[in-house]
Amino acid sequence: MSLLDYEVIIGLEVHCELSTKTKIYCSCPTTFGAEPNTQCCPICMAMPGTLPVLNEKVVEYAVKAGLATNCKIARNSKSDRKNYFYPDLPKAYQISQFDLPLCYDGFINIETDEGEKTIGITRIHIEEDAGKLNHDEFGRGTFVDLNRAGVPLIEVVSEPDLRSKEEAESYLRKLKSIFEYIGISDCKMQEGSLRADVNVSVRKKGSAKFGTRTEMKNMNSFRSISRAIEYEANRQIEVIENGGIIEQETLRWDDISGKTFSMRDKEEAQDYRYFPEPDLAAIKLSDEYIENIKKSLPELPESRKKRYLLDMNLTEKAAKFVTDSKYFSNLFEEASSICNNPKAVSNWIMSDIARILNEREEEPEDIRFSGKELGELVSLIDKGTISSAIAKKILEEMFENPENPSKIIEKKGWVQISDENAIKEIVNKILEANPQSIIDYKAGKDKALGFLVGQAMKETKGKANPQILNKLFLEGILGDNSVK
Amino acid sequence: MELYELTAHELMDKLNSGEITSEEITKSYFSRIKEKDNQIKAYISLLEEEALDKAKKVDEDRKLGKKVSKYAGIPIGIKDNICISGSKTTCGSKILENFVAPYNATVIENLNNEDMFFLGKTNMDEFAFGSSTENSAFYPTRNPWDLDRVPGGSSGGSAAAVAANMAPWALGSDTGGSIRQPSSLCGVIGFKPTYGLVSRYGLVAYASSLDQIGTITKDVTDSALLLNLIAGHDEKDSTSMNLEKKDYTLSLVNDVKGMKIGIPKEYIGKGINDEVRESVLSVAKKYEELGATIEECSFEVGKYAIGAYYIMATAEASSNLGRFDGIRYGYRTKQFNNLKDIYRNSRSEGFGAEAKRRIMLGTYVLSAGYYDAYYKKAQKVRTVINKAYNELFEKYDLLLTPVSPITAFKVGEKIDNPLEMYLADICTVPINIGGIPGMSIPCGIDSNGLPISFQLLAKPFGEETIIRAAYTYEKNFNFRENYKPTFKNSK
Repeated sequence: MSLLDYEVIIGLEVHCELSTKTKIYCSCPTTFGAEPNTQCCPICMAMPGTLPVLNEKVVEYAVKAGLATNCKIARNSKSDRKNYFYPDLPKAYQISQFDLPLCYDGFINIETDEGEKTIGITRIHIEEDAGKLNHDEFGRGTFVDLNRAGVPLIEVVSEPDLRSKEEAESYLRKLKSIFEYIGISDCKMQEGSLRADVNVSVRKKGSAKFGTRTEMKNMNSFRSISRAIEYEANRQIEVIENGGIIEQETLRWDDISGKTFSMRDKEEAQDYRYFPEPDLAAIKLSDEYIENIKKSLPELPESRKKRYLLDMNLTEKAAKFVTDSKYFSNLFEEASSICNNPKAVSNWIMSDIARILNEREEEPEDIRFSGKELGELVSLIDKGTISSAIAKKILEEMFENPENPSKIIEKKGWVQISDENAIKEIVNKILEANPQSIIDYKAGKDKALGFLVGQAMKETKGKANPQILNKLFLEGILGDNSVK
Repeated sequence: MELYELTAHELMDKLNSGEITSEEITKSYFSRIKEKDNQIKAYISLLEEEALDKAKKVDEDRKLGKKVSKYAGIPIGIKDNICISGSKTTCGSKILENFVAPYNATVIENLNNEDMFFLGKTNMDEFAFGSSTENSAFYPTRNPWDLDRVPGGSSGGSAAAVAANMAPWALGSDTGGSIRQPSSLCGVIGFKPTYGLVSRYGLVAYASSLDQIGTITKDVTDSALLLNLIAGHDEKDSTSMNLEKKDYTLSLVNDVKGMKIGIPKEYIGKGINDEVRESVLSVAKKYEELGATIEECSFEVGKYAIGAYYIMATAEASSNLGRFDGIRYGYRTKQFNNLKDIYRNSRSEGFGAEAKRRIMLGTYVLSAGYYDAYYKKAQKVRTVINKAYNELFEKYDLLLTPVSPITAFKVGEKIDNPLEMYLADICTVPINIGGIPGMSIPCGIDSNGLPISFQLLAKPFGEETIIRAAYTYEKNFNFRENYKPTFKNSK
């Protein structure tokens, strides 16, 4: 038996913090990164006698999420208490939803190597986030920060339809992208506003029965999720191959050692004692309410992609790349409307913009310049005002100090030199200094021309118009001796 | 006559006519408290300084001719599970012995808006768990009618304070009878309004789906006046109903002609003390004389109420009391090496026996595998009880029952027998399950000189009908003028 004889089954429970202005059961702000315990009140600190009042925006956002993922929306739903003790959970219960989630029975389509695949969504429910424990590095104890307590979450539970770490990642990316498009969350994984519990099991190929699953909680990067799935699947296969059995348990993924560890004693299996939250009324939604939310939904990535393929002539790869992120897609649309060259804009996004973001370790949402500015940049190239080499420098500058490209050109003096006389002087100088290149070119080494152009670019700090350079070099080489 | 002997509306009249000052009222009460509370132990903490400051300020405002509320300058006693910002709110528990509330309950805000103020926080069974106030972590409260007897509970401090003239009126809370039963045992008027009429925000929760704040007063007029202040929608409490504001004093009408009153036979039969039964039946007779129609009816499903109540109430309580974990506020054990120790030892040392009993009961009935057999079944009983009430109130304007099957019992008599103690709630518990309003009105004394009361029940938000009938009874049989507490020990 080998790894290839096994099938990996993955299901994700994705927690997504909703970007409502206030918390789910009180009016404290939800902003990330404030001083500990500065964004809480008697209600989210669970002072005796306080009561929750449901923030209606949370329901609206969750319904949006449900509609965007093809879920059915419950007309009658309710809140339940999930009871357990932990210092970050001030009430000793989390208000969540147990048997009547707001949204259920949905799906999204993901792209895989074998084409499009449908992943079922079991349910989406609303609940409150817990606070945070800060362990003092000097050993003075553990401090509770309740700023996050009561921040609204949706939990999106997938069917066990995912079969590889690639599919899991693709599913999570798609979900993230949808939630960004509909504007319900900033989905910043590094801030914990999007995180996933990953359920993994393995079974022999062809077997109809699922294996026992293990769960890895609170994973908040694509890389860790991917590594954890791979490690855990291999671990389970190894256990089974050695005649062992998999125990259903919660595991902790350790990013440094790249291993999973058992988290809880089995004898202390949690009994959450769910029961209906008596402090909150049932959630009843009318058809009209749901219809209105449906109408307010923005265009989703799939539809945008279709439009980019058909109306804007992007390649499949480009259309997918651009629509994967709402921020890219918005940048693309705005820029294209300015320069009327969607192809060029998509190329800039896929190559240089993606590269610079990568270098800066930033996400598309961190881009500070607008689509208008990117559109102008492409226009300037199209009009021949600047070379693409200069454009790259301008783009780098736009990441640093977002400004109008024309302003940057003016400030830096980066206007393209298209004056033939001025360029001719440089061309002649370089030809004189590099006689060998002329010989090489004549001998059929086309590369020699590239070398000469490069020298000229260096000389002009990239400002010379490359077309004119090419033309003048050719004239210079061939004019010197018209018989090749 | 001393000021402390007056009802709140009598004080209001004198205060607004300029005959007396709020400072005089307040001093009168604190001197009475100093005289009597060492015997009664109705208060856990006093707010004398704050009260006198406020009284002087209100007197000043009146003297300057400023427009003030007619309630301005009237003091009140508050059960110690209702939060007053900056004051201790102990819930009668060691675990909250030093807890200072950082905010005001909505009812406290309402009273503050009228420039009323607080004499102190009254004693109670720990977290409102009990029917005798013996479960207070600090001391039991004594019944002013017999110092060897309990005042009832859990709002025993509030009821005893009003009965002993140590407060003109008081707020209590009622989850299964906690206002009506002590009011009955102390011979005062106790009113539990419909669930959802008064905001629960700031009432430390016992059982959220049953808890309701209500009034303990010397007469029915005061009940209407106080209910006017505390009733109404509160956006901080999702279970509070958004209804048009009513003036309950308009129901202070001496007339019950044409009213149909049902007497469920199950509550005048076995298990009800003979003297109590006779007294309650004499009330029925009185109403008949006054022009109401009395009819025997049946409330058979009531027999499931106690069982269902102790499942629902303890289930909710076990969850509501989770927050007392020694982490953020309240009592924390000194003995710990790890997190589990903090939880286990803080709660073991901080909660009393009855609180632990109810937490364990509630945890058990919610446990995996037992939920359907207990909690779910109790919810079904709730549905059945609601349906039975609906049917009865289609036929009757009011139901008439005893409040407590027995009069005040002796301190220590039932404390070791929780089941017997639970049965003290047999007439009051179904009302909370149905969420309907109920009032306890004194109607006589037994051979031991202890007060007996009857209970009037109406359909949800039928407070006006209750007030009208209670007022009529009071006008025709004034208990307060006929009987007074003796402050003696048992014979």
